[in-house]
Amino acid sequence: MLFFQLCGEILSRLFDLPFPGNVLGMALLLIALRTGLVKIKWLEEAAEMLLSNMALFFVPAGVGVMVYGDLIAAEWLPITVATVLSTFAVMAVTGLIAQKLDVGGSKDVG
Amino acid sequence: MWAELVASPLFGIALTMAVYLLAQLLYRRIGRVWANPVLVAIVTIVLLLKGSGIDYRDYSRGGDLLLFLLGPSVVALAVPLYQRRADILQHKRPILVGIFAGSLVSIVCACGLAWLLGGSRAVILSLAPKSVTMPIAISITAKIGGVAPLTAALVVLTGCLGAVCGPEFCRLIGIRSAAATGLAMGTAAHGIGTARMFEINRLAGAVAGLAIGLNGLMTTFLLPLLIYLTGL
Repeated sequence: MLFFQLCGEILSRLFDLPFPGNVLGMALLLIALRTGLVKIKWLEEAAEMLLSNMALFFVPAGVGVMVYGDLIAAEWLPITVATVLSTFAVMAVTGLIAQKLDVGGSKDVG
Repeated sequence: MWAELVASPLFGIALTMAVYLLAQLLYRRIGRVWANPVLVAIVTIVLLLKGSGIDYRDYSRGGDLLLFLLGPSVVALAVPLYQRRADILQHKRPILVGIFAGSLVSIVCACGLAWLLGGSRAVILSLAPKSVTMPIAISITAKIGGVAPLTAALVVLTGCLGAVCGPEFCRLIGIRSAAATGLAMGTAAHGIGTARMFEINRLAGAVAGLAIGLNGLMTTFLLPLLIYLTGL
């Protein structure tokens, strides 16, 4: 997976693409899995480990925000309003569209 | 001796893991969504660093190593996407249209509101990828010129907000389908929302996991385009 990330980084820098290397790496890995170049068995365990601990890797990123306390304090109103309203807007739009177009699994949420 | 220890990467890693483990235990004990372990761990570490006067740069020597692992985690998202390819292909139209609309609304709504309320360029750009899963959001924000730690905090806040209110909100506005609720939660509240959906309904959780990856991809491609079009 590090190898695919590296390939993605190289592609991103080489062609000055506006997409991060790790997303390109994910796309490359998908293609490699699809074409059978890479077998899913090789990766399953490592991927599972990374994905189930992903929340831990978020923590240092959040702590970094203490350095920007002033910026947040100065603009707390736009930040708060934009965050809250847009989160609800996204849920409404995505959920209603998916339901209208019948995404399946129409069982009620318990 | 202490100064040396604190300055080594070991300190940041050990502190983060210890606090996170405790926060997870607490979450299992209390079982309330607002006790989200990520949120609790971040607040605790910030308070500890402030209280003890330890420099953030000392902490980040270890913290950055953990943060680095987010990169391969994004690549790893390809694995569940590949495993669920049959489901995805079967319902590709509602899934793609729903997530695309959500991704667009997220960027336009968050940036538009921040702009209307007089937010600075750094804040507007940092808000744009806030519904995307953390590793992708951080990479996007770094690429477009936002403030990465601010985006990180907004991603966590968005996730917690969605996880706490999401299922109730969806029911309130008449979304009954489990898959549609999962898609909405994954698109709006990424991993934290997905974890909540897995507690309620397995199908909804799986769909939410899919939405994380697809929304990340779509926002990655949409955002540079929108920035180019609006000339921000």
